[in-house]
Amino acid sequence: MAKTLYNKLMDAHIIRENISTALIYIDRHLIHEVTSPQAFEGLSIAGRKLWRKSTNLAVPDHNVPTTNRSSGINSISDPISRIQIETLEQNCELFGIDKISMNDIRQGIVHVIGPEQGATLPGMSIVCGDSHTSTHGALGALAFGIGTSEVEHVLATNCLWQSKSKNFNIEVNGSLNQHVSAKDVALYIIGQLGTAGGMGFAIEFSGDTIQNMSIEARMTLCNMAIEAGARIGMVAVDEKTIDYVKDRPLAPSGIKWRKAVEYWKTLHSDKNAYFDKTIHFDAKDIKPQVTWGTSPDMVVATDGYIPDPANAKNQTEKINWKNALNYMHLNANTKISDIKIDKIFIGSCTNSRIEDLRIAASILKNKKIANNIKLALVVPGSGIIKKQAEEEELDKIFINSGFEWREAGCSMCLAMNADKLETGERCASTSNRNFEGRQGQGSFTHLVSPAIAASSAIAGYLSEVK
Amino acid sequence: MQKFTTFTSIAMPLKRANIDTDAIIPKQFLKSIKRSGFGVNLFDEWRYLDHGEIGMDNSKRPLNMNFVLNQPKYQDAKILLVLKNFGCGSSREHAPWALKDYGFKTIIAPSFADIFYNNCFKNGILPIVQNNNVMDELFSSTDKITINLDTQSINVNNKTYPFKIDIERKISLINGLDDISLTLQYVNDIKAFEKHYFNKYNWL
Repeated sequence: MAKTLYNKLMDAHIIRENISTALIYIDRHLIHEVTSPQAFEGLSIAGRKLWRKSTNLAVPDHNVPTTNRSSGINSISDPISRIQIETLEQNCELFGIDKISMNDIRQGIVHVIGPEQGATLPGMSIVCGDSHTSTHGALGALAFGIGTSEVEHVLATNCLWQSKSKNFNIEVNGSLNQHVSAKDVALYIIGQLGTAGGMGFAIEFSGDTIQNMSIEARMTLCNMAIEAGARIGMVAVDEKTIDYVKDRPLAPSGIKWRKAVEYWKTLHSDKNAYFDKTIHFDAKDIKPQVTWGTSPDMVVATDGYIPDPANAKNQTEKINWKNALNYMHLNANTKISDIKIDKIFIGSCTNSRIEDLRIAASILKNKKIANNIKLALVVPGSGIIKKQAEEEELDKIFINSGFEWREAGCSMCLAMNADKLETGERCASTSNRNFEGRQGQGSFTHLVSPAIAASSAIAGYLSEVK
Repeated sequence: MQKFTTFTSIAMPLKRANIDTDAIIPKQFLKSIKRSGFGVNLFDEWRYLDHGEIGMDNSKRPLNMNFVLNQPKYQDAKILLVLKNFGCGSSREHAPWALKDYGFKTIIAPSFADIFYNNCFKNGILPIVQNNNVMDELFSSTDKITINLDTQSINVNNKTYPFKIDIERKISLINGLDDISLTLQYVNDIKAFEKHYFNKYNWL
């Protein structure tokens, strides 16, 4: 029977099936400091052992400072953040789990370092106590975010109980317009589907637009699947996937590599496979996007206007829009390019990879950020990306234009470290969530691509690439 | 885990759609390495007028009396009524921990975000899905509501609304079962699977 990619991946991992759930085997468990301490504590209290050490890989990312780290963990000024990172270190040592520590060059955002290290491989089932685990689906993996109880369950059993998701095919065809990136495609799709449009589904992104995207771009797209309500976003394996994985530190080699590649090439939906839902988009309809509200589906083209609640399609939407405009201190029908910005953030598991930095740098070259920009940050996704960018002298471009060049971590995407917005500050951010208070209490987030973040930094207002 | 038993309570109406887990429990409280004590910071940014930080004496903070949670009549509410897509965003289990610690045992909504929905069951919280018509009736009622998981029904004002739940989840909630103990009954299945699996996919 013709199978979807999702069903192939699920079937390969099912240990046993009950009435409404299946016990599935986990190949890779990525761990960070925020959602794991209570799981390790639970394991210790129950006197349980770790099932399989080599499934696990840990890295601190959410709380790490992006400024000077020369004194290691002591560089963390917030004592509570420091305890959380120390706890991760101690738990990994206690249970014998491989970890990448804060001052290791391989350190970075968990969803960036997984693929970078080859810890993420096609066909794997991958979980992490973080909703943006969907990112890894870009390599044809079954990857989804879990809660802390499930983190503990994976540590103890190397398995998880899962109910099957429905299959959703999102097909995008055609060439992308100039300055339109995977981020814009993701935001556009979320705008069309709504933040609950993917609820209960595993999304597979297909079509020639997706096939023509780089693996890094596919990661940006799959990363945002959760913002459409889908825990899983995937792209079928192709030659690009295999080229990307080849020679990564944790990727197989020799005979094992050849055997793996043979299997990975089967990781695509079969012709005539049944999808519960299919939607087609035309790439030419997608312009650079920017969010205006407090939910990622509150999004318009950068050449557009803030929508008017009077035009909302129903009462609930009208109230949502009014609440959002009220929170964001914005008025209906304002031109997007009239919105003044205070800070710029280029980074996060969505947009902190080398290609993102190259795009932003190409726009910032020989330009200065506007006087009204109080702070502009570039936070690379990993120490390795930082080094690569420095070899390409991208850091010089950023610094010359007025940006600060920082160490790797989650940073201002969720503001658990010192990088945050103050009340009333407005930010053009390449991150993934514009929820109330996400980047700092009472602050305003506009989600954009790296290109739009760079052009907005130069203009001092939300701006298209000039 | 505590067993889920039939109970009766007033319901607290929070008429908002897409309430994300950042709103349920803001990030600064995620720095705690404990599972308990999050209840006082549930909906922190809506509930208090000042900026909350971990370790503050919350009893001294100024309350936002316009927020429904601070209204005297809802002080003992164990049921929360919300609009669609409740619990979207971050996978943080601190969200159900905060709801549970505060005292909520059941949340009724037209829909829940997948990860949040799953996390509720791990903590003895029953999330119930109802269509918009039933939600409207529940929102407009001020009477006490009885939640009976055994019969899978919501009873209010002599009216009964049935709800659906996966059988395994129902059994776990009613008996207060620990998922890990359940799974470890299948140790032999897991080991047999591994043997076959690592032979087939020998690069893993």
